[in-house]
Parts: sequence; structure tokens; C-alpha cells
Amino acid sequence: MDVHLLKQLQRDQLAHMLESEPGKKDFVIDPCFTKLLDRIAGATFLKDHGVDKIYKLDPSQKSLAGTDIRFYFVRPAIPTIKLIANHINAEKSSHGLRKYKIIMVPRKLHVCEKILESEGVYGSISIEDFNLELVTLDNDILSLELPDFLRNFYLDGDQTWLHTVASSIVHLENLYGNIPNVYCLGKGAQMTFDLINLLSDKPREESVEKGDNQNIGHLFIIDRDIDFVTPLCAPVTYEALLDEIYGIECGIIDLTNPDSTSNTPGKLLLTAENEIFQMIRNRHFSYVFAYISDKAKELKLVHDKKDDLKSVKDMRHFVSNDLRSLKQQQKLLAQHIGACEYIMSTKSKGSFEEFTHVEHCLLQGSDTKECINFIEECLYKQTNWLTVLRLICLLSLTEDGIQSKDYKSLRTKFLHSHGFDLMPSWFNLKKLGILTEYELPQVNKPLGKMASITRRGQFKSLSKRLNLVPKVSENVDLRTPNDMSYVFSGAYTPLACKLVDLILSRESLISLDDVLKLIPGGVKCDMRLKPASKARGGHSIPSSPAAKVVLVYFLGGCTFSEIAALRYLARREGYKITIATTAIITGNSFVESVMERKPI
Amino acid sequence: MATADWNPLGNVYYRNVELYQMDWNGLLELNQYMIAAAPYGGPIALMKDDKKTGRVSTNVKPIINVYNAAGKPLSQLRWNSGNVVHLGWSNTEELLCIQDNGVILVYDIALNFKRTFGMGQEAKEMKILDWKVFSSFQGTGIAVMTTSYRIYLINNVDDPRVRKLAEVPDLNSAPSSWTILNLDRQSRALVAKDAQLFLVDHGGQYQEQFPELASTVTAFIEMAVSFNNKLLAMFTDKGVIWIGSSDLKKVYCEFNTKASQRPQQLAWSGVGAVVALWDKLCIVVGPEKDWIKYNFESFVYLVQEEDGLRIIGNELHQFLQKVPDVTEQIFKIGSMEPGAMLYEASKEFSRRSQKADEYIRMIKDKLDVAVDQCIQAAGHEIEPSKQKALLRAASFGKCFLTDYRPEAFVDMCQMLRVLNQVRQFSVGIPLTYTQLNHLSVPVLIDRLVLRKLFCLAIRICHYLKIPDAEGASRILAHWACYKVQQKHEDEEQLARSISQKLLDAPGVSFSEIASQALEQGRKQLAIKLLDYEPKASEQVPLLLKMDQNNTALSKAVDSGDTDLVYTVLLTMKDKISNMGEFFMAIRQMPIAYSLYIQYCRQQNPKLVEDLYYQEDNFLAEGNCKVVSSYSEEMFEDRIRKLEAAITCYQKAKMEFASKQTEDQIKLLKIQRKLEDESNKTYIDMSLHDTMYKLTQNGNHKMTEQLRKDFKVPDKRFWLLRMEALAESSDWTELERFSKSKKPPVGMEAFVDVCMKYYNRTEAMKYVNRVTPDQKVKCLVKVGNLKEAADSALESRNEDSLNIVLSKAIQSNNKQLIETIRDYKIRLNTKK
Repeated sequence: MDVHLLKQLQRDQLAHMLESEPGKKDFVIDPCFTKLLDRIAGATFLKDHGVDKIYKLDPSQKSLAGTDIRFYFVRPAIPTIKLIANHINAEKSSHGLRKYKIIMVPRKLHVCEKILESEGVYGSISIEDFNLELVTLDNDILSLELPDFLRNFYLDGDQTWLHTVASSIVHLENLYGNIPNVYCLGKGAQMTFDLINLLSDKPREESVEKGDNQNIGHLFIIDRDIDFVTPLCAPVTYEALLDEIYGIECGIIDLTNPDSTSNTPGKLLLTAENEIFQMIRNRHFSYVFAYISDKAKELKLVHDKKDDLKSVKDMRHFVSNDLRSLKQQQKLLAQHIGACEYIMSTKSKGSFEEFTHVEHCLLQGSDTKECINFIEECLYKQTNWLTVLRLICLLSLTEDGIQSKDYKSLRTKFLHSHGFDLMPSWFNLKKLGILTEYELPQVNKPLGKMASITRRGQFKSLSKRLNLVPKVSENVDLRTPNDMSYVFSGAYTPLACKLVDLILSRESLISLDDVLKLIPGGVKCDMRLKPASKARGGHSIPSSPAAKVVLVYFLGGCTFSEIAALRYLARREGYKITIATTAIITGNSFVESVMERKPI
Repeated sequence: MATADWNPLGNVYYRNVELYQMDWNGLLELNQYMIAAAPYGGPIALMKDDKKTGRVSTNVKPIINVYNAAGKPLSQLRWNSGNVVHLGWSNTEELLCIQDNGVILVYDIALNFKRTFGMGQEAKEMKILDWKVFSSFQGTGIAVMTTSYRIYLINNVDDPRVRKLAEVPDLNSAPSSWTILNLDRQSRALVAKDAQLFLVDHGGQYQEQFPELASTVTAFIEMAVSFNNKLLAMFTDKGVIWIGSSDLKKVYCEFNTKASQRPQQLAWSGVGAVVALWDKLCIVVGPEKDWIKYNFESFVYLVQEEDGLRIIGNELHQFLQKVPDVTEQIFKIGSMEPGAMLYEASKEFSRRSQKADEYIRMIKDKLDVAVDQCIQAAGHEIEPSKQKALLRAASFGKCFLTDYRPEAFVDMCQMLRVLNQVRQFSVGIPLTYTQLNHLSVPVLIDRLVLRKLFCLAIRICHYLKIPDAEGASRILAHWACYKVQQKHEDEEQLARSISQKLLDAPGVSFSEIASQALEQGRKQLAIKLLDYEPKASEQVPLLLKMDQNNTALSKAVDSGDTDLVYTVLLTMKDKISNMGEFFMAIRQMPIAYSLYIQYCRQQNPKLVEDLYYQEDNFLAEGNCKVVSSYSEEMFEDRIRKLEAAITCYQKAKMEFASKQTEDQIKLLKIQRKLEDESNKTYIDMSLHDTMYKLTQNGNHKMTEQLRKDFKVPDKRFWLLRMEALAESSDWTELERFSKSKKPPVGMEAFVDVCMKYYNRTEAMKYVNRVTPDQKVKCLVKVGNLKEAADSALESRNEDSLNIVLSKAIQSNNKQLIETIRDYKIRLNTKK
């Protein structure tokens, strides 16, 4: 499965679209697309296809200058469309002849057309779809770059983007062949699968059974809401930490440290092509520095070679070949060192060790009282609200609800510390089931309460049955990982990754029934490719290379920790795992996205 | 004898084959009618022409009749529009009725009105004088000449765009003749102004043409362009027929008919001969001045075809064509062609004569050619018996060949079977094999569908093994559309019979059939049919059109396509004026409901509150109010909003939320007061931050008040106060505070806070006051490792000592490391 094929197709499509209007044109893009467009096609590419100027859509601008043709490249969101309508109305008098084309990504929505109609500009524009769904971020990462998915779908019940997810899978199937085995973990995943069947031109069963042109053997569709624990845990792998501390956008990171003395600023593309990064991205942070210093020594050796150069010929060889890559590597190394330093300083500033300790206690379900005390103290000390809120959420999730008394006091204390404006957000988290109150069952309660009692204990029993929290975390080797839980220092294995591992290794769900019952929303699977050994009727299907190719699709986003765990799994079992997601999230971005009104 | 009806024309032969005995024989006289017959064996339209009958025109509206090529009536229409001057057929077999004001009305073959268009203002005002229907590069075109001798034309009746052609210089009277030529992908008119010829185009250009002429001409009075647009025939007033290429550059011959009268029709038979018709006499003229004469018993009408000429009369429908080469090779008397020999051999074989063997031996080497010839010749025969004889010969010859590929033979058999079917009297499409090849099978099937011969069309599709998606499904869809127009049938039954036939057919669009039903005003039927449509995106818009809002909504929701849901919601919102009713309708669909809330949140936040109110979701309503309170500019408005939120929370029995909101109002009021007093901003700070700021500003009284009002826990208060004092470097106040009573946070917190603001001296003060078990830790914190070590030794705690040791190693203090190691030994020995 060559994911770069997707990118090439998108480039062609973009070029085609740009050239559909001959002549010079201006290109106005939604700010959320800047990085994304960079990844598909840089500014030069756009200029080569007749783009004159590129603007960012800015709400403060009432109109724009420029050439007679203008393209808007936007998400079909109501505020954006209104803004465009304002532009057009403002320019109507001065630039009557301008041609407007609104390109809606990934598809046009009727609502937007309605808005344009009611704003009275529908006649003077043309609208087109640009089917930009999954963007290739790396060899093994595809992303829809839709951070709003989580909120829209799980909180507001808006299924708009679910359709996009389904159609992106249908497009993948058109490119790489139908996927015989589909596992849906969670409710949204099952809805997606139903949609895929609706959207496919041909009935999937038929073409799957024919089995021609299959490049992918397994598809996992995983709802974020089956495991909110993972994004809340503090990351420890290098890439995940970079994302948490600097923020990685479309695989691009800005390493300009706000308060660091190191003078290695600049943007950096983080993909497998970046050799040094590839070596350290999935490492536990405590072993990153070791690699970097080894590498530095190695570079020094090469560098020292210049003193041994005997002849002019050698010299020329050195200058033309080694020197250049040397310089580049040096620069990269310096950048990573700078980043490491900054991460260290950030981590040591707060009481990082205590936080980690509390987090691990919560995951193990031990010393709950102490943990609550710690959280309270954090509240008194005005520790960063996101960090504390994450711990409270984690407390609720791992305890399957916070006991009423503690719940009420934490809530009041939290609002006293960080303001009343966070109250609606608290309700949002409650609605998502992340922050729940648990009342101790009283003896004479009616039976209706039984439901809530069975719900309690879900995390605990899941983690027990699936062994998510290794009993003796000392056994997990963080240097050369021997378990997926290394991504959280051996304290926790991301549920989704564990399930992928289990299902792939058993090749069936039968023996997992009692575990899968516990997954919120349930599990459904559609298996067409029977394991070779178990095929009935004597004619065993030779296991095709596709059987080892796996696509894991996260609805509502995944973290780099999960990606690292899946990469480890792929290495261990010889799978080729590609990760698709609606967006890549961190604990903070996750919590922030469901906030009602972001505090200023 | 096969050659009995052949007439030689120079080196080639012409034959006149009978196609049909006309069904209308005895019922009408063709010479009284305006006639239009479509090419490719198409239908014939007749309309009584008053000029021809010589009757005084009455006010009775004329009748248009459409017949198939065998004279069987297909449809009838009493004309009730303007004055029709000409009838014509388009390439999709639509009847074009040209009125004298240049308006053209288009009807289908069943004479259902389809559309109308005009030829421009001038044509309308001036009336038209003459007209031509021609086949252009884009389809069927129409050209008209107005009474002011200007020509307007359109190239395609499906996309009527009127173009004005250039003016012919000094044209003061009607031109003696004109026609439309298609050259270089452009339609131009060739206009004869007596002996002068002008070529005019729509670019405003005219060119005078000077074709090579042997005889003198005073006027060209008739013109005919061949079917393939490449050849032109012109008739002069001296009775001479000029035959040449349509670009007028090449002349084949000039033939003097010695007729002074203008011919009734001048036409081409295929591309080989020109036919001029005077009443019952016609002359066929070849390019080499050879000629044949035919006599008819009554009036006839000529229709040009690609490979011949159809002659329609009162009794007979004939086809005049050049005898195809291969037919000539086989049947010509004395022919020694392999095909002829094979045909003879086959005949002898059926007579059980050994001569068969002799013939075969003679052509042994060219047997494959012979078979090919027989197959081809079979295709050119109209009579099934002749086709059979030729095919039998081909099949006989095939027996002697080992590696002959059978496709050509099988194909020909199939095509002939199809051709014979459509040539049947009841169908009446007399296509030749050549014409079918040009027309293609899909078009033939379309034409059968136009004639409502659904069953035949489907059988042909199945017979030719055309995939269902391209053939049968399409026909069935047409059938269904036709079916829904039959109003006498019961809807229930109709829906059932349609679905029965169509459900398994791939690629049928039920929505198209349903919209046809809707057009016929059969709403219930349309709804039933739509139920079978698998694509929601097709279903929903039509359902909306039929006001089936709820069905549309549930279909849209089922499709999972939110865009469709929005389409329904917004249409419904526009249609239902009563908002309450609208809300009621969408409440039953949670998905639609939440989508609508999403929409409102961006469009009209106030509406969201109303929605929640309607739904008794007071918690959500309260949250909305709280959120929106922040966007209020006036302080009083904010308070009012929050008060409203409290009511909501109370209704929702959210004690906590209402209490918090009350507290918030209280806090806001205090903050407001503080701002008025101190000229510093307080509003929108949290309780903690407010107290913190107050402490820093030294307003301890107010802090104390807040602490009491909001029941702030001691621990928080202490930590807050310590931090605030330390940050503002109010060390004396901090010390006083530490002594005010026993701190609930422990003395080490004081050490921490001093160190946080880098005051080691102050920190040291508190180190001495901490409990002994914390002392080592605190000493480490302030960085006094030596003392920490001493203290650890004192308390005989090895663990503490180890901690200090690790710190010492970190700071690389060699002397200290030694000391601690020494202590450790001492500690152990003392044990």
C-alpha cells in the first residue's frame, strides 16, 4: 500500500482544478489549510499553475485586491462562507467583472449554498468540490485533518464528518482494492461501516469475495470514545512529547523555543525521510539523548576526517560529498538537541515526577485518596488548568466515576481556582462520559439504578482482562521495548492498540467475546478472508501478502503514543500497519476541543 | 432470375426492390399531401395541403398523420396552432413543424408536443418564404429564408441558436434556387441568383462561385445535395443536370434531359446517381451521362438514403439502389468470381449433383474469399429466401475450410435476423445492412423504444447479448415511464408490476420514473415508486417536491448523508411557516434535531435556547445562557442572563449549577465594586485569582471577606496567601502570617514558596521551624547539603542520607560525597 499514490492523485486533481480557469488567479485559503496545502503542493506548484497571489482568509479583511479570477479554498463552514459572501458583496461595486470560484473541501454542502443564496451572491459565483480527504502525512500516517470531528460527532451528534470518513475509506478501497476483514470497535465505527456499504458503487461482498486487487487485508475502525484514557495520559515517546510541547501540524513542527537560549529556530518536516528523527521518534524520551550523543560523536569522527585528508583529490571528494550531508546532519542534530533541552526544562519545571507517579497510581487504581489530595493541592497552587483537568478526567475514567463527595468538592474547587466560565465545559465532559459522578449504592434503592452499577468497573475489568496495566512494570524494557506499554513507561497499554494486537493474532473474535462485551458501543466485524489454515472444504486460500497489511482508522483522532505503539506492534509481528485518523491529537488539544468557551 | 430487375447504368447496375405494399393503398392520394419522411427507414408524416388539392381553404384545422414506412398509421393530431408550411424530421425522429412565422414546433413520434422555438424576430415579422431541413455536423439543422431574402439557420434543433447568414448582393427577388452545404464543419448556403452562384456563411462573408459549365445557363432552378454532403446536383432552366462535388470544384457531367419543366423532385440515390422526377416519370442519371428511365403508375415521393433512394407511392414503397459490388459478382450472368462458383456449388449440392464438387475444386484456393462474398451478399438482400440461399452457400463453403473464423458468419446471421424483424410490416423500419452499420444497434433500439416496441427491443438486446445495464434496463425504464402515463391503470397494481420488472435490472433510476409519474399528476404512484429508489440523494429532492417532508427526512437520515438532512431541514423550514410545527416534526429524529441545533448555533444562537426550552432540556438551556452572558457588553445584561440561567438550572434540578451561578453573580458584583474603588481590573477573574490579586495589593480585609463568603478551605487560603506574599516580596507579612497560627500546610510549604522566588535567607528561617522528619528534605531544597547530611546523621536516617548523597553526586561536590560516605559508615558501625 503506497500512500504516496494518494498524494500524487491529489496534486493532479489540484492542478486540474486550477487550470480549469485559464489566466492568472488569486488563491484565498482557509487558515486551517496552510500547512496542509504545503504538504500536498507548495507555493511553487500553485504558481506554476497560474496562481498569482495566495491569501489567507482573514475575518478582519472586508475585501481583497487582486486579479479578475479568485479561488476560495475552504472548509464548508457557515462563518467562512458568510465571510466570503461579505467579500463578494463589498467588491461588487468596484470589481463587477471578477470571477469567483468557491472550492469546498472535501465537498460542497447544501447549507453553504443556502447561505450564499440568502446573501445574494449565489448568481455571481461557481462552486466546486475538491475531494481532499486523507492527507498523506508520512509513510504510515494518513489524516483527514479534521480536529473538529471529536466535538462534532461525540458531543454534538453531528454526523457530517462521519460521511467524509466513510467516503475516504471508499476511495481508499477504490485505489487499493476492497478490504476483506473489517472490525468496527465502537458505535461510530459501526455507523461508518454501514455508510461505506451504502456509498460503495458495487455491493462490497461480491467484489471482496472475488478477491482481486487486494492490497489491504484488515481494516480497524476505532471510536475514540472507547478509550479516552490514552489521550489523557502524559506522553513519554519523543514524537508524542514534541507534539505535546511544541505542537506538530501536518507533520511540520516549529522549533523556535519561546524561552530557550538555543539559537536553532526554524520549521522542520518530521517524516520518515528525516533520518535522525526516524531513529528517535518512537523512543522513550529517556533514551533519546543517548542516541543523539552517539550520533554527535559519530559526526565528529567524520568531521575529524578532514584533518587526515592527504591529497587534493580526497579534499575535493570530502567537500563535494561528505561536507554537505555533514552540515545538514549537524543542523538537524542541533535542532533535536535544542528540542530535547526545552522538553527537559519544561518537564522539570512542574513537579513532573509527582504527576507521573499520580498518573500511574490512577491507572493501577491504587492510593486513590492520595491522588485526590494531590489534585486538590494542585488546584490550590493554581497549576495549569488543563493539566489538572486532565488528571481529574483520568481519575473519573479509571475509577469509572468519581465518588459523589469528592466529585462535588473537586468541581467547586476547580471552578474557584479557574473560573466559573469553565462550568459549561465541565458539563460537556460529563456528557461525553469523561467526568462522571458515582453515587455509592444505597441499600434500598430501586432496581433502576442497577444499570449504573454494572457500568462501574468497566475500565477496571477491561484493564484486568486485557492486562492493560502490566503488573510488574519493571519488566518493561524502555530502551529496547518489549511491550506496547513502553509508550507510557510501562504503566498502560493503549486499549485500541491492544485490541488490534489481540484480534490480529487470534484472527477471530470468538474467544474474545466476553472482553469485547465491555467495549462501549460494542464490536462488529465483517470477515471475508478466512485464515488459511482454518478454511473449510479443503481448498485453503493461500494467505496473500495483503493479509499482513493493516489499516487502523481512528475516529476522533489518535495520539502519537498510540502510533508509536502500533509501530512497535508492526515491527514485532511483521505487519505493515498504516494509521488513518481524523486528526492527530494530544491530551491538551483533546480536552480543549470539547471546552465550551476557551478561556482567554 | 436474380438479375431480372437489374438495369445497367454504365458499368454498374441499378435495381428497384419492392419493400412494402402500402397499407394506406386506396385510402389516400399522396399528391394531395404535404409529405415528410425520415431517413433510415423512418416514419412518414402527412398533412393535407390545400394548395395541392386546389380546394378553397377552409377554417377547418388540418390533421397530421404519422405512418410507419409500410403505411401503417401510428398517430394522429388535429393541428391547432399557426399555419404550417413544412414538415420535417430530426435525426432523433422528432417531427418538426415549421410555421410561416418561423416558429418551429417539435413533436415526438406519437405526436406529443415536446417544445418550440423560433427563428428570430425578422422571420416572425416578415414571414418566411422558403425553408430547408438539413443534417449538420451537430445534428439536424433548419434554415429559413424570409420574405426579404435573408437566410437564418440553426445547426441543431436540440440547441437552437439562430445564426444570420451573409446577404447575397443585389438580391431583389426570390433566388431561383438555394440549398445548405456542409463544408469544413460549417453550414453555408449556396444561393443561385439566376445564373450566378453565391456561397454565404454566418461570418458575414459571401463568395461568388464559378463552377465549370459547358452549356449556357440562365438560371439554376433546382439543387440537391447527396446524403453524405459531398456531391451536388443542379438543374438548369434549359433542362441540363449539372453533377459535381459540393465544393463546386469538380464536375462529373452535364446531362441534358431536354425537359423544360422544373422537376418535381431532384434527389441522389446514394452517391452514384441523380434522380429527377416529373410526375410519373423519373430519370436516373449516372456520373458518366448514362441514364435509366422508370415509369410509375401514380404520384411518388423520393427519400434519399445513404445507400440508395426510397420511392414512396400510393401502392408501393420501393428502394432504388446500385446493385452492391459483391452481389453483382455473385449473380452477374457468367461471373467467374469465387463467390458465384460457391453459390452454384451449393445449389448443385442441394440437388445432390456431383457438379458441386467440380465447382468447389475450381475455387479451392479462394474458398475463403468465396465464403466472405456470400456472407456479404446475404447482407444486401431484402428477401429472407435469398439471404438463406446465400448463407447456406457460405456455410457449405465453410465446411471445406479448417481455420475459418466463424465470427463474420455468426454476426451476419444475427444482424439479418434483427433486420428482418424490424423490416416486418408491423414495425416498418426498412433498414439495409449498410444503414444499420452506420446507425448502430443502440440507436436502433432507441427507435424501437420511441415506437413503444419495448418487447421487441428487449428481445433484440437479449438476443445480441447486450449487457442489461446498457440495454434491457434502459428499455425497462422507458417502459415504466410510458406505463405511468396510462391513467386508467390502478396505481397499486402499476407500482407492483413496475417494481417486479425493474427491481432486478441494474442501473434503473426509479426516481426518474417517479418524477415522470409526478409530472402526470400521480403523486401516490410516484411516492410508491420512489420507495424502490436505492439512492437517497435521488429520492429526497423528489419527495420534497411532493411535500413528503417526513418521509424525505427519514430517508435522508437513513442515508447518513448529513448534507441531505440539511437540504430537507432547510426546505422544511422555509415551507412550514409555523415554527412549533416544524420543531415537532424534527423532534422525532434525534440526528436531524442535533444537526439543526448545530446549524442554529452558527446562524442564530437565540434559537438554540428556544429549542432547548421546547424540549424541556433546561440544563442545556442554562448552559447556553451562561455562554452567551459572556458576549453581553453591559454588566447589567450579564447579570440578567446569569439570573435567567439560575432559573433554568433550578428547573433542571441542578442544585450545584444554580448555586455556582449565584456565587458567580455575587463575585461579579464584588469585582465590579473593587474595580470602581481601585481602578484595577477584577472582572472575570476566578475567585482564587481575585483573592490573590487582593492579597498582593494588600487588601487583606477584602480577602478575608471573600474567604468567609465563599467558604474557602483553610489550605487553599494559606497557600494562596503565602504565594501572593512571596511573589510581591512581602517577607515580613509572610513571617507574621506564619506565626499567626499553626499553618495547615506545614512549615515546609513556606520553605518551598521562598525558594520559588529565590529567597534563600528567608527560606532558612523556616527550615529551622519544620518538623524534624522534614528537615533533611527542606535543607536539600534550600541547597544546604552539608547541613542536610549532618541533620540526617543526627536523626540516624540512612534513607535521607542516601538522598543527600545522590544530590551531592549530581552537583559533583567531591568533598561532600566523602563526608557523607564517612557518615554512612559511622551510622552503620553504631548499629
